[in-house]
Amino acid sequence: MTKVTFIEHNGTVRNVEVDDGLSLMEAAVNNLVPGIDGDCGGACACATCHVHIDAAWLDKLPPMEAMENSMIEFAEGRNESSRLGCQIKLSPALDGIVVRTPLGQH
Amino acid sequence: MSRCPSASTLEAALIVSETVIIAGAGQAAGQAVASLRQEGFDGRIVLVGAEPVLPYQRPPLSKAFLAGTLPLERLFLKPPAFYEQARVDTLLGVAVTELDAAGRQVRLDDGRELAFDHLLLATGGRARRLDCPGADHPRLHYLRTVADVDGIRAALRPGARLVLIGGGYVGLEIAAVAAKLGLAVTVLEAAPTVLARVTCPAVARFFESVHRQAGVTIRCATTVTGIEGDASLARVVTGDGQRIDADLVIAGIGLLPNVELVQAAGLVCDNGIVVDEECRTSAPGIFAAGDCTQHPNAIYDSRLRLESVHNAIEQGKTAAAAMCGKARPYRQVPWFWSDQYDLKLQTAGLNRGYDQVVMRGSTDSRSFAAFYLRDGRLLAVDAVNRPVEFMVAKALIANRTVIAPERLADERIAAKDLAG
Repeated sequence: MTKVTFIEHNGTVRNVEVDDGLSLMEAAVNNLVPGIDGDCGGACACATCHVHIDAAWLDKLPPMEAMENSMIEFAEGRNESSRLGCQIKLSPALDGIVVRTPLGQH
Repeated sequence: MSRCPSASTLEAALIVSETVIIAGAGQAAGQAVASLRQEGFDGRIVLVGAEPVLPYQRPPLSKAFLAGTLPLERLFLKPPAFYEQARVDTLLGVAVTELDAAGRQVRLDDGRELAFDHLLLATGGRARRLDCPGADHPRLHYLRTVADVDGIRAALRPGARLVLIGGGYVGLEIAAVAAKLGLAVTVLEAAPTVLARVTCPAVARFFESVHRQAGVTIRCATTVTGIEGDASLARVVTGDGQRIDADLVIAGIGLLPNVELVQAAGLVCDNGIVVDEECRTSAPGIFAAGDCTQHPNAIYDSRLRLESVHNAIEQGKTAAAAMCGKARPYRQVPWFWSDQYDLKLQTAGLNRGYDQVVMRGSTDSRSFAAFYLRDGRLLAVDAVNRPVEFMVAKALIANRTVIAPERLADERIAAKDLAG
């Protein structure tokens, strides 16, 4: 199990615990965290699971592969902290990760 | 949650004491539930689904779920807690058998009658059945539901012989999974190429080549005239007289929209339940969304029935908004994806009527984009491992852009700058 802290656009903080191997996108959806759509179900085909990773955690993540790197260009409000939640698999190495979700994906 | 404002139109928008029934519990239905609450609808929502499963995503059924690498819980659109928190009555494993449109009532297969103020028909479709001798063969399967896959998975053993009838997306995705699992796979396609309905010959031949490299046998221009054999072995008979032994036969030959309930109730149907750009059917208070609808598409000036996750999601949102008195007319570029081996095919738009194909990159590699034009205007794109081309083309198609073919083909221009 891995702990994730989600901070909503309006500042609401949610601490959740998620099975290892699930993605950040699934962690958000399963815990009813708003602001994530994930329309393609995690197939890296739609860029609607866009999240912002807290600075302290950004370089602890595996680097983006080509598909995510291309798709994320089209996410609204994309900046240096942006990742596609469906591409980040949770593991003990990410225990305690802090993630900010946007107001919306479209 | 706040109330929806009541509309000043003849058909009042939902107010807090009203009931919405959703017939169907698939992608469109699941989206509609979420959207109704997001739009502020505070009344009763009843979700009635024939499958005894919460709304789930179907794409993995021919990919990871079939391969056994994804459990059912990870297919759900939302966890069970979502439906509790959203106060949704979920009636699963229950079918709607009759609709009284004027009386705003449905009858369920358990005999119950439920009244509604608004009804969303999200009945989806069912796999088209083979119509030939032996169509009742015990080793013949279809793939549309979780139950279908559960019935297939045990037969996916290394060395088993699989015959796929139909070389569309479903057939090819299953072929890719089965080939990786070590089965001996044959795809039989009646048209001259696989994916004939949706791609140009060059792209179709690319996919045939990829599958052949993976050891799949593909026979095009081949019809199936029957299935012989008994419970221990199937023998697929082709139009040219061949007999192919199989341990497992799966037919992926199209989807029929589930409209019978609605036709019987007198609503207008034509290759699907006919709706407008707000997902309204011909009956007041009744909406439809997803694979079952025939709807207008302004970008193509035509009426379409689409079988895609994107359409189901967007129509679910549109119908929910319309029920709440908020106009969000549906105006979308259709898009779709298919995963086979290491290939991600992303297609945007509809290529019907194209008179020119411009290739960016080459089908000799596993990364290229085929742009479809008519009268110089971009209609559609098939992008294989080219996500930027896919995303850029979506915007160009939405704007009905006329674009020089040389530009599209010129890789010295970065894909993200194609719009110019």
